[in-house]
Amino acid sequence: MTTISTVDHTDEQGLEEQFQELLEHYRGERGALVPLLQGAQAIFGYLPEDVMKRVAHGAGEPLSKALGVATFYAQFRLRPHAKHTIRCCHGTACHVSGAARISEELVKYLGIEAGENTPDMLYTIEEVHCVGACGMAPVVMINDRAHGKLTPEKAVEVVRAFRAEVEGEGDGVPEAADEAGTEG
Amino acid sequence: MGTERTIIKPTPQNPWLTIPEVDIRICLGTGGVAAGSREVLKAFEEELARTDMIAVIRPREDECSGQCASVTGTGCQGLCAMDPLVEIHLRRNGSHSQVTYGQVTPAMVPEIIEKHILGGEPIEKWLVLNGDEATEYNPFYDAQEKLTLRHVGIIDPEDIDDYLEAGGYQALYKVLTEMTPAQVIDEIKRSGLRGRGGAGFPTGQKWEFAAGYPTPDGVKYFICNGDEGDPGAFMDCSALEGEPHAVFEGMAIGAYAIGASVGYMYVRAEYPLALRRIKIGLKAAEERGLIGDNIMGSDFSFHIRLKEGAGAFVCGEETALMQSIEGERGMPRLRPPFPAESGLWTRPTNINNVETLAVVPWIITNGAEAFASRGYEKSKGTKVFALAGKVNRTGLAEVPMGMTLREVIFGIGGGVKNGKKFKAVQMGGPSGGCLPESLLDLPVDYETINQTGAIVGSGGMIVIDEDNCIVDTARYFLSFTQQESCGKCPPCRIGTKRMLDLLTKICEGKGTLGDLDFLEEMAQQVKVGSLCALGGTAPNPVFTALRYFRDEFEEHVVDKKCRAGICTALVTYSIDPDNCTGCRACVRVCPTGAITGERKQAHVLNQELCIKCGACYEKCRFDAVRRS
Repeated sequence: MTTISTVDHTDEQGLEEQFQELLEHYRGERGALVPLLQGAQAIFGYLPEDVMKRVAHGAGEPLSKALGVATFYAQFRLRPHAKHTIRCCHGTACHVSGAARISEELVKYLGIEAGENTPDMLYTIEEVHCVGACGMAPVVMINDRAHGKLTPEKAVEVVRAFRAEVEGEGDGVPEAADEAGTEG
Repeated sequence: MGTERTIIKPTPQNPWLTIPEVDIRICLGTGGVAAGSREVLKAFEEELARTDMIAVIRPREDECSGQCASVTGTGCQGLCAMDPLVEIHLRRNGSHSQVTYGQVTPAMVPEIIEKHILGGEPIEKWLVLNGDEATEYNPFYDAQEKLTLRHVGIIDPEDIDDYLEAGGYQALYKVLTEMTPAQVIDEIKRSGLRGRGGAGFPTGQKWEFAAGYPTPDGVKYFICNGDEGDPGAFMDCSALEGEPHAVFEGMAIGAYAIGASVGYMYVRAEYPLALRRIKIGLKAAEERGLIGDNIMGSDFSFHIRLKEGAGAFVCGEETALMQSIEGERGMPRLRPPFPAESGLWTRPTNINNVETLAVVPWIITNGAEAFASRGYEKSKGTKVFALAGKVNRTGLAEVPMGMTLREVIFGIGGGVKNGKKFKAVQMGGPSGGCLPESLLDLPVDYETINQTGAIVGSGGMIVIDEDNCIVDTARYFLSFTQQESCGKCPPCRIGTKRMLDLLTKICEGKGTLGDLDFLEEMAQQVKVGSLCALGGTAPNPVFTALRYFRDEFEEHVVDKKCRAGICTALVTYSIDPDNCTGCRACVRVCPTGAITGERKQAHVLNQELCIKCGACYEKCRFDAVRRS
């Protein structure tokens, strides 16, 4: 999750160089599998098959083990991931303050299910356990920025404002989303 | 260590050049940032630059003759409910005034500057704290005693000199110059400090074990557990964000005591701000020779490596955490051998939680007796609690142990939000439980809370009101533990799933009285059949819920009723035509078009189309939408 949004995933050669550096950095280090996977994911946005193979090789582990580790931890993704991540916090404080309704509205607004990417690969929505801003519950995080004390309406508002910022004025924002949930 | 080396006393590299006349401190904790404090900070800098009477300085870098102001971003200031918090000190004509503004927006900044900073008159309506004068927020602050969070919210966590200026690393200096490892351990033992991560194991004793075990190659490890996974707990997050150096210093002291040369900080990747500040802090501490080889010029070397957690709750368990550092799946293993004997890479290893380590320097500086004089029976010192949920003053509060739950929730927390009725306080997260009103006069100490079936845990206190359903809350925790079970032990892996199924069944109105007994029996099996604390304590939320709120469970299965209106299958919405004014507000929010009716005429709700989302109920201002 570190710097996904700041890496240019289209510059293939640049990515390859970064990946080489990463492999070199951890060469021979014990327990490097997890940080290698984290680093590779930060570079590529997810963990494609060939990257998994090379990470396993770099860590001196069989691919089966690297896959076992990658699928054990919630952080790792084996499929491409949208550019911006919207995390709906479902920690206890957020749960008792109505996080479920917020998730519902955002899912409806973006037109995708939790865990899915929007077709333009710009947004993904995740339901996570506690981002540590319980005093501001319920909370939604957009990339690394938390937004607190939300209602379902405010959550949609925050995401819409973010979209306007990254996509330019109103670009690609569906009309219907303005009044989320008004049509029958 | 008694060698001929000269040990250099740590001092700030850049002492303050100027004591600013105007000192503005803005909360940049995760909560503060979520509330918009970065924008407020920017507004202060910009607006101050506009007034030609005041120059904005960094007191360590700029000299200033005329009127000068410094603007500092701090860690969590505590009262998250009123974030963004802005503390302003004015030092003029030999006097010093201090106030705190709450819920500050950039739009309020010009007025604060004009009336208060330039005019000298604080704007009372926005104040949370007003010097010695009483405000409604005083109770939040007055009962607190900050030992662990002594600098959090006051200093700039990204500036090591701020920590040094506040006496940072002096405890480590004291240890290196005046104390043997055995004396350090003795000091911590006498302080009565117990692990703040949840289990409450005596810290000094833990260090003694790790110190006592031999190591084949001289390598021992000292780990800081910052994998704060309990949903609803954010004290470690705030401690790391607010003052990472206190944690490094505590680790170094502990490492000296047990003879460790390498340390790991294992911190959740979900805490980007904490990670950032740890990285900045570690680099600075290494550059100053406070962490690394020959610390302060002594014989003692201690390196700290940062490991980012990859999102697995079970890694908060110490053996799973070590597995994770080793690059494995984070699965707990059988103890013994305990980590003190054979831990990370089979070397003697000590693991402490962030909060435990953050208070260690305070104990060394102020003495074991000072710590032990606070607290209650076997629970000494202070503990940080994270107040959240349906409580008025959400935030972080550090109080002496032994304070009653009522004092914390109603005194510090200011009671339940929106005048609602208190139902329960959830303590200890997925390993803890919900305690009812009748237990609120119990003191918060490890032993007392354990007897209730909940645990003090890491210190999360989530207040639940009459609008929350206790069955749904239990189900929430089981869905959490079920997802986070590592899968090693079948009773946990399968048992939590079956318990979750049963609770879901009850929430859907399909439960029977027999299910309640079955649920209890299953909970017992999971408890005894699991290797680690995740499985062993996963049934606690169910045990306590059944123990204190059995009537609510019975209502769900017998009367098919959810009094809080949370379990949608058990709720029906209708419109009372006598109260309905025909304002169409509910028609507009209904996502399925289930409500129809002409303007200014009573509306009708079609039960076939209603998905029971409750949007109309929340929207109606005339008490016309009924929930039953």
